Amino acid sequence: MDLNSLISILLGGMAAGMVLFVVSVGLSVTMGLMGFVNLAHGSFAMLGGYAIVLSMKHWGLPFPAALLFGFVAVAAISVVFERLLYAPLYRARELDQVLLTIGLNFALIAAVTLGVGPETQTVQLPGWLSGQTDLGFMSYRTYSLALIVAGTVLMLALLFGFERTRIGARIRAAVDNRRMAQSMGVDVGRLFTLTFALGSGLAAMGGGLGAEILGLDPQYPFRYLVYFLIVVAVGGLGRISGVFFAAMLIGVLDFVLKIYFPKGGTLFIYALTLILLLARPQGLFGKKGL
Amino acid sequence: MDPATELARRHRLRWWEALPWVAALACFFAFPNYLAFGTQVLVTILFALSLDLVLGYAGIVTLGHAAFFGAGAYTVGMMAMHWGWNEPLSGLLAAALVAGAIGLASGLVLLRTHGLALLMLTLCTMALLEQAANMGAEWTGGFDGMPGLSFGKILGLFGFDVLYYKSQYLYALAVLLASFIVVRTLVYSSFGQSLTGVRENLLRMHAVGAPVRVRQVIAYTISAALAGVAGALFAQANGYVNLAVLGLERSAGVMIVLILGGYGRLYGAFVGALAYMLLEHVLAKAYPTAWQLGLGVTLVVVALFARDGVLGMVDALRRRWVGQMRGAGK
Repeated sequence: MDLNSLISILLGGMAAGMVLFVVSVGLSVTMGLMGFVNLAHGSFAMLGGYAIVLSMKHWGLPFPAALLFGFVAVAAISVVFERLLYAPLYRARELDQVLLTIGLNFALIAAVTLGVGPETQTVQLPGWLSGQTDLGFMSYRTYSLALIVAGTVLMLALLFGFERTRIGARIRAAVDNRRMAQSMGVDVGRLFTLTFALGSGLAAMGGGLGAEILGLDPQYPFRYLVYFLIVVAVGGLGRISGVFFAAMLIGVLDFVLKIYFPKGGTLFIYALTLILLLARPQGLFGKKGL
Repeated sequence: MDPATELARRHRLRWWEALPWVAALACFFAFPNYLAFGTQVLVTILFALSLDLVLGYAGIVTLGHAAFFGAGAYTVGMMAMHWGWNEPLSGLLAAALVAGAIGLASGLVLLRTHGLALLMLTLCTMALLEQAANMGAEWTGGFDGMPGLSFGKILGLFGFDVLYYKSQYLYALAVLLASFIVVRTLVYSSFGQSLTGVRENLLRMHAVGAPVRVRQVIAYTISAALAGVAGALFAQANGYVNLAVLGLERSAGVMIVLILGGYGRLYGAFVGALAYMLLEHVLAKAYPTAWQLGLGVTLVVVALFARDGVLGMVDALRRRWVGQMRGAGK
């Protein structure tokens, strides 16, 4: 194998990993904050994907504006869900949370099927994002490169917000020890609503950004649920850098395995996750047990 | 009645406990054209009953229970296809052994974790088996599964009929009854009591020195074996096995069945399976999307307001009614 094909495999895997990161990062933080088992996170990504694709198709929004629209719309919807449905179950048993969010998945999948239709949606990329870009030594798909750049910028921005701002410090404190943070005067409930909205909005953007790679149809939430959860579990709860590295790892691994073992490559990902979680239940980069 | 007598009498058979079985037999004669559907209901009841043991009694939240259902189904399927071993009862036994072994092996390592990690691990185990079944196409038929399996006569007397599920129905009913007796005996034994203790207060059970993990692993293994029997029944009655027996939807489905009926109360599996499958049978074919929407909304409502399922609501109503009667008597 020559160097160029190695690089192109790496780039392809990283682009997929960026999508996984953008979708999963919010899940990691909200699960870390409240310990809420949110299996409906993939549905928010799907809703966002639809909002983005449809607003481009029907209203003629340019791609970046559509991404912003998807972010805002889904963040707003998620706050309503959070206040009405999630909040009553914060102290409930894990089973009730699982049930609620599985139900939410079913309902949202059906709602999208009824409202839009069961067919796969395709995203119409603008001219400046399609085609190939010359990197000097090789040329590669512009969109994949753009995804890698955008994902890295987003990761750095989130990391800065998380590590260097006051609100980020509060979130970290609440993830590490919710009770202690609460008794120090941090309003964890409001913090949670805020991060929930942010995380769902990011998932929405991930749904739109990844529509090209992962596809977009009503079955999206259940198809990728295990992937998003694996990224969070491997990366550790409430760790942005951890989720980032985990997403890169899974993205590249999945890409490589799909090329060399097209029939059952994902087998290895499940097996690795299983072994990893048994050895380190807190994930590769996490401090706190799941 | 004072609590001690009530506790001592808890395990005694009550008159209404015969009702489901009488009703099941009555259905056999009353609805000869719906026996295929009835057989699916019986299989689902057995599957939900096995989940009740871990979820309802031991309090282990798992999203991967279909792993054992699938293991059982694939065991009898592969035995019939590759070795020509199609004797049904020994097939059930083999399925129970294989699924139980998988349950034991995975339970030993998985049950050290809890919470989200456990949820993920059960999910990963199932996904692993699903991928393995998909990959080993030579043995498992891969994506297409194994259609057109044929099985021998039950006890050498009753043959499986593909069109009329007469013998399948009675066979499934008999297996369900036998399994139910096992589960009922188990949950009312001291072993079952300690399982309930683990579910209600893990720390206290540790504190009183109960061997918590051993009990959990045993319950997980027995439950896996029963789920394997349910899977084997499914394969034998329908004559096919495909990848769907191992999917997330089957796991989620059986959990929904159990919770709608009411978990941790033995008969929840019966009520849940019958209600869910009747509704699905009527609605899902005609309005699949509306069915999914209704199911989703129902789950949300159940999670928020009716956490003990149909039987829980019946209990609450009965308590209120009895309370009113007593109030009127005074």
